[in-house]
Amino acid sequence: MHKLLRRIVLAGIPTEPAPAPDAGLRTGAPRLNEEILQLLGRALAIRHVDAGSCNGCELEIHALNNPYYNLEGLGIRFVASPRHADMLLVTGPVSRNMAEALRRTYEAMPHPKVVVAAGDCGCTGGIFGESYASCGAVSNVLPVDVAVPGCPPEPAALMQAILAAVTNARRSSAASR
Amino acid sequence: MSFLLERTNVDEAGWRRAAESAFQAGGRLGALWGSDEGGGGLAVHALFAVHDRLLWTTLPVQDRYPDISHAFPAAGRMQRAIADLLGPRAGDDERGWLRHGAWRADSHPLRKDSPLDARLPEGDARYAFVPVEGEGVHEIAVGPVHAGIIEPGHFRFSVVGERVLRLEERLGYVHKGIEKRFESLSLEDGARLAGRVSGDSTVAFAWAYAMALEGAAAAPPPERALWLRALLLERERIANHLGDLGYLGNDGGLAFGLAQFSRLKEDLLRTNRRLFGHRYAMDRVVPGGVIIDVDLPSKNEILAECERLEEELGALRAIYYDHPGLQDRCINCGRLAPQVAAQLGVVGLAARASGHALDARVFPGFAPYDRLQPKLCAHRNGDVASRIVVRFEELFESLDLTRRILRGLPEGACRAPLPQPAAGGAGVGWVEGWRGEVFVVLEADAGGRIRRCHPHDPSWQNWPALEHAVLGNIVPDFPLINKSFNLSYSGADL
Repeated sequence: MHKLLRRIVLAGIPTEPAPAPDAGLRTGAPRLNEEILQLLGRALAIRHVDAGSCNGCELEIHALNNPYYNLEGLGIRFVASPRHADMLLVTGPVSRNMAEALRRTYEAMPHPKVVVAAGDCGCTGGIFGESYASCGAVSNVLPVDVAVPGCPPEPAALMQAILAAVTNARRSSAASR
Repeated sequence: MSFLLERTNVDEAGWRRAAESAFQAGGRLGALWGSDEGGGGLAVHALFAVHDRLLWTTLPVQDRYPDISHAFPAAGRMQRAIADLLGPRAGDDERGWLRHGAWRADSHPLRKDSPLDARLPEGDARYAFVPVEGEGVHEIAVGPVHAGIIEPGHFRFSVVGERVLRLEERLGYVHKGIEKRFESLSLEDGARLAGRVSGDSTVAFAWAYAMALEGAAAAPPPERALWLRALLLERERIANHLGDLGYLGNDGGLAFGLAQFSRLKEDLLRTNRRLFGHRYAMDRVVPGGVIIDVDLPSKNEILAECERLEEELGALRAIYYDHPGLQDRCINCGRLAPQVAAQLGVVGLAARASGHALDARVFPGFAPYDRLQPKLCAHRNGDVASRIVVRFEELFESLDLTRRILRGLPEGACRAPLPQPAAGGAGVGWVEGWRGEVFVVLEADAGGRIRRCHPHDPSWQNWPALEHAVLGNIVPDFPLINKSFNLSYSGADL
């Protein structure tokens, strides 16, 4: 046990301040009013769905929970059930084999809800594009509030996108810890 | 290409014989794929790995061809994928594998006359799982959307109480038409797509693709490029093993492990970003060489990082190995016995944890590893604990390899111009990624285009092994067992 505690002490707390939300990633005006955004911004539950990604974006989403980004420290956590979620974080071009599961996940979420499309593929279909097997961009299947490009988007960019989705463009202080 | 590649065309009897003799010689099925040869001709191809030789066997086919899954069980799903994409069928399992409802059994998207962007008529997405009957047996259906940040797939458990009687996997959800997409790209642009077959193995696939193209063009890359590719490949192995060890600790009830290992992984990724411009070194390996280089300060930075990592890993390994709770969860859990692993043709890390000495890096002819002489790390028990041990051992070995690479790095250019291969020119790439051996088979078309490209992830061979490893275990141990294999969905769904 002392070895374990020693490691914890040696590692310290590497958590870094959160980046500011990037309102530029919004696809349009917020669909939710400020009061609701404020509530969500303090305790946000995210359901992630890989709708066809190469798993590169998943690596960076995992990184959000490492001690440096410590997303949970902001009150934002990933949940197992869409019924518990306020936000749907979608990666990948939407494969035709996943389109139905993605739609059903969205429908299972309670209102109000927001959708973030992550990565070049989520934004535009990326290198996979649209084909017999791929519907391309997430917005071809669901309404998207925020889209964050990158291949994969780095964790800080993902945080900026997640925060932008629950922050009104005029009020960007929600990110301060 | 420094390994021995033999290419033969066979008839049906020859196809059976090739599989049989590869099996008798202790070889394994590397990959199995189909192609449209133009003019209405179709073919299936198998890549058998027998020691350090690769045998590329081609059979012209029409609608049926001989099933080789009795010798190589993993062939079953690959044959079904060929039927879905091109039509020819082997074996009696007529269920779609990659084809869910997005197209019908009479559409063949990988044929040349089917356009990439075609909207094919939708088919029936229902799937007949093998039912298990008996008193007290019930089914648990999981997925495709899993309870976590994971790729999608469906698992159908048949259980009695908490014990798993049977697991049937249903994959193909992230099939996004990668092979068809390749055929719309130039040979040069294909490298980017190869790097996105399975994001966690981007270096392995990009290298295999480059190796295949360099083989087709008969133009080996500069020596220094090979060593730098090995540097990136070992860093990919380190990053993935660190991540897995963290999650294995977490799934075993030791959240401390996740915090520590994910911190170490992030440090490594940040170094990658600083030195190579990308956290996962995507698109850094290109046909003809690499687009990175290391100077003296970078070299020293990496060496210092190796020292730090080694110290921390030693301490964390002691904690993992001494932790009664974690050991209790992992020892004898999800056991894949050496004999079963051999029968199923399991490869890579999972094979090594089940007592099989399989690592393409130690085969003669894989430059630059033939001069680095990596140590093969293996264990006999085949359980979750063994797969943890192999990861720890490989981490230490990769750190040491990194040092040997940096100290022996030859001088010279990092990239050489690549002549365009002639139409019909073909090559094979064979790289031991962190998960296992990755193959890319590439055939050039006229004008620098891709005629056919088949990327093969070791998950094809190892997914069926998970179905066996989980038998007799309790359902709550499944996440731990699954994580200990950590197989790719995207890499096998294509």
